[in-house]
Amino acid sequence: MIARRKRMLMVAGILAGVGLAAWLGTQAFKSNIMLFFDPTQIAAGEAPADERFRLGGMVEKGSLQKTPGTLDIQFLVTDFRHTVSVKYSGILPDLFREGQGVVAHGRMQGNVFVADEILAKHDEKYMPPEVAKSLKDNPPPPNVGT
Amino acid sequence: MIPELGHFALVLALLLAAAQAVFGLWGAHRVDARWMSVVRPAVAGQFVLISFGVGVLVYAFVSFDFSVLYVASNSNSALPTFYRVAALWGAHEGSLLLWVWILALWTLAVAAFSRNLPATFASRVMGVLGVVSFGFLLFTLYTSNPFERLLPAPADGRDLNPVLQDPALAIHPPLLYTGYVGFAVAYAFACAAMLEGKLDQVWARWTRPWTTLAWCFLSVGIALGSWWAYYELGWGGYWFWDPVENASFMPWLVGTALIHSLAVTEKRGLFKSWTLLLAILAFSLSLLGTFLVRSGVLVSVHSFAADPSRGMFILAFLICMIGGALILYSWRAPLLRSAAGFDGTAREAFLLYNNILLVLAALVVLIGTLAPLVNDALGMQSISVGTGWFTSSFPYLALGLLGLVAVGIHAAWKRGRVGDSRTRLLIGLAAALVIGLAVVFGAYGLGKWQSLVGIVFGTWVIVSSLFDPIDRWRRKLSLPRAVIGMTIAHIGIGVCVIAVSTVESYTVERDVALRPGETVAMGRYAYRFEKLEPVEGPNYDGVRAELTVLRDGRPITVLHPEKRTYWVQRSTMTEAGIHSRWNMDLFVALGEDLGEGRWSLRVQLRPLIDYIWLAAALMALGGGLAASDRRYRARRLAEESPAVPGAATEVT
Repeated sequence: MIARRKRMLMVAGILAGVGLAAWLGTQAFKSNIMLFFDPTQIAAGEAPADERFRLGGMVEKGSLQKTPGTLDIQFLVTDFRHTVSVKYSGILPDLFREGQGVVAHGRMQGNVFVADEILAKHDEKYMPPEVAKSLKDNPPPPNVGT
Repeated sequence: MIPELGHFALVLALLLAAAQAVFGLWGAHRVDARWMSVVRPAVAGQFVLISFGVGVLVYAFVSFDFSVLYVASNSNSALPTFYRVAALWGAHEGSLLLWVWILALWTLAVAAFSRNLPATFASRVMGVLGVVSFGFLLFTLYTSNPFERLLPAPADGRDLNPVLQDPALAIHPPLLYTGYVGFAVAYAFACAAMLEGKLDQVWARWTRPWTTLAWCFLSVGIALGSWWAYYELGWGGYWFWDPVENASFMPWLVGTALIHSLAVTEKRGLFKSWTLLLAILAFSLSLLGTFLVRSGVLVSVHSFAADPSRGMFILAFLICMIGGALILYSWRAPLLRSAAGFDGTAREAFLLYNNILLVLAALVVLIGTLAPLVNDALGMQSISVGTGWFTSSFPYLALGLLGLVAVGIHAAWKRGRVGDSRTRLLIGLAAALVIGLAVVFGAYGLGKWQSLVGIVFGTWVIVSSLFDPIDRWRRKLSLPRAVIGMTIAHIGIGVCVIAVSTVESYTVERDVALRPGETVAMGRYAYRFEKLEPVEGPNYDGVRAELTVLRDGRPITVLHPEKRTYWVQRSTMTEAGIHSRWNMDLFVALGEDLGEGRWSLRVQLRPLIDYIWLAAALMALGGGLAASDRRYRARRLAEESPAVPGAATEVT
């Protein structure tokens, strides 16, 4: 009887432990995933107002503005239908260029996306897969674009 | 003509791999010595042919043969000779060729050192390795022929990706692959044991040195990759939880579990099916790593290939290799039960808990790496997993592991009571607390609490692992290499955790906009931006900054970060300026021209960061010593006279 009760307690303990671990795991997971949005989705108001997410698109040509002598920059990210203004303070990755793909992490503040991280790939031809997909699924109107 | 010879050699190697697989497995099944006698020559022949293929490709690179597509895509007439050779594994096709060549090398080593194993067993091991080799050669020839021609030949090549033009990265892939592929040997031993239907302590003794050796290579490979990312990707991080890094980290975690589980199987004849499962898992994760890196499905800083058909092939191959082994496992593992029991605080138990934590850690990495893929495959919204997923869970897993090492290392086999080692535990913990707290509050001040615990636990592991060797030395007992190796590797783990904890808490980092002549201060240190000047290298030009680092107002060193533009691909690279002191790295990276004469600079002080890589070297050194222990070399003797109980039971 005692052995049985002991075993029951052990099983209960293990179950509780696994349950707790799974709960903690899903919580941690939920709070750490970042969703991807393109400028059109942001224009449609689909992007969350108070959460970090990933914005992807092309850096619009001629849109990069630097505040001379500081690390502050501003540029437009476009999917050739809508654009989003992005603000960033810091050092840009080597492959950041106008007219090329970019993914930025950050959140919306009003109409401006304030980025805390800018990613660009170490490959000249690189276009972030999400950006490529977003452009493929919703091709830009023929008279706009590159 | 010569590249075609290389291609032809690979085709012949494919045929030999098939022969090796068929004669090895079927010959062992029929217990036919004539069939089995084909295997070793097939292994040797395959090695010669693949080596020839590698030689041909190297020749094509060195002799600027741009009519070969792979050479034209990854080399250039301005590329220095060293990188022309290293360019062999600069992209997908050559990397695969390197993979199969390393596999052939491992197989050759197995063929050479397995003459004292039972003939059918050795034959099965090589047969399984033949299957792996066949799959990869077929993959190479079918989807990624490195000898493909490009006609008419271009006048010049497109150059090697500039981020790869670096000494550390030139040797990182071969080491990493040697580790990955080494787990194929453990996998083959596991499959052979299951086919034989026999898994005993002798089997574990054969398998251990191979597995440990593979693990050593993997440790060094991962560390080199991390080091490279630190100074070459330019921004001073040492680990990004990037999918490609994760891909190499998962087999390492499972491999670490495997070498410990193998220790229990060898010493006590326990955990047999668990060991088999880990061996299958470690190699599966190595294959998955290849799949993740080379199929282009991942968003990553290092995945250079993007071709879905390759991905499909590897996926199918992965399913065959893992599925086949698991089916074999479900059929055979029930035969391998072991009856012996052990206490919940015996050494076996601690190793079991550690195994669980290591596999859990691998699972955390796996979920974080694959979740975006699974989500995409299910057609849901595109997500990415932030590094927070890893950084919020890993400290706890690591601290748990360390605590278990520090306590469990004193436990005896079979019947261990924590009370028996109370003195050692208390002395160890007290020493760790004194040293750890003294270091933290003496040198740095309170940072994150995880760092404090990490530094204390790391010290505890180091102190704990020293008890046994010191005790043996004082009592004038033998000190076998296995014990020394284990001690060094555990010290390595302690050093690694201390270093990571320190870096995570006490790094000082600033992004600044400076004009020449201006200074940025960080505590006792200050960086003075002296000047900018143009530089020119063999295949790039750029600008170079000069910064003087001052400590308490006195200059201690001069750093030269660069911004390079490589001519052929017109890509910009950041070369960080780093000065390593014994207790910290002084780091500066040059950003861009901000106008008004200012440049953006990232300046950092990273305490103890070099010890992270030193720790990996210690682990590899420890593993290497353990793998070269006498009892593995004297296998035949050990087999004839059953192990004397108690003689070597302290060893894990």
